[in-house]
Amino acid sequence: MSDAHAHDIKKEVKVYLMVFVGLAALTVITVAISYLHLKLFWAVAVALCVALIKGSLVACYFMHLISEKKLIYAVLILVVLFFIGLLFGPVLGHHDPLVGTVHVS
Amino acid sequence: MTTQAEIIPYTAEIRSDTGLFNAKLGIWLFLASEVMLFGALFSTYILLRVSAVEWPQGSSILNVPIGTFNTLVLITSSVTMVMSWASLKMKNFSKYKLYMGLTILLALTFLVVKAFEYGAKFEHHYFPKTSTFFAIYFTLTGLHGLHVFGGVVLNSYFWGPGSKMWQTHPERFVNRIEVAGLYWHFVDLVWIFLFPVIYLL
Repeated sequence: MSDAHAHDIKKEVKVYLMVFVGLAALTVITVAISYLHLKLFWAVAVALCVALIKGSLVACYFMHLISEKKLIYAVLILVVLFFIGLLFGPVLGHHDPLVGTVHVS
Repeated sequence: MTTQAEIIPYTAEIRSDTGLFNAKLGIWLFLASEVMLFGALFSTYILLRVSAVEWPQGSSILNVPIGTFNTLVLITSSVTMVMSWASLKMKNFSKYKLYMGLTILLALTFLVVKAFEYGAKFEHHYFPKTSTFFAIYFTLTGLHGLHVFGGVVLNSYFWGPGSKMWQTHPERFVNRIEVAGLYWHFVDLVWIFLFPVIYLL
């Protein structure tokens, strides 16, 4: 029983090392792409996509989210909803300014 | 006063209703609040940037190779952190000490490099008050740096005096390292987004 358990961990260690190689490679890739000086929209799109992949790798494997309990997922769904609200809050405020706000451009 | 010491429940054993030991749920709730903290600042960054008349490209002011190096340092420290936990799972305490020690050293490397970066900026008279870019740069990286420092303090305790718990309550100690790891991976996760946003775009 404990032997099987130790074997599982050894398998996981191999996954950690693969994730590490992936993270390092993606870091080099995202820096290399930045030297191509893409148009801002594409630069942002590519950089955020790579960051999302890297972040997902860390969250899924190092933080074990790939096999976590339901309650943790429930907390994370709330986090995602509030986070989106947080990012779009200023945009909503932009279209509903306080009385007396002066826009300079 | 009762003579019997209070026992904190569910430090090692699993609660049947949550399916978790308490600290695991606790750290995730804490990390949820951390997402809000950093999220508010990222939101601020976006608002400042889109409403600015002009915004400098990060790479024209910041040192991208040094930032890349620090990114790799932090990623490596995340691997050594998860390896320290895996070592305890395999009941190898000396390997735990090795990997946890490496995690701490890598975190200190990150902070020293960051300090040199800050120093170089100050030498060029770049301060938070210099521009909106530097205001948000110092705020975001400073807050992140404080989190790295917090991680060093926490991990040093678990490397040193706190590791005695391995002899008395091994399961509880493994859980503590897992929770410390979740915090540390989150700090790495924040940097994974900070680095491209501030240095590359």
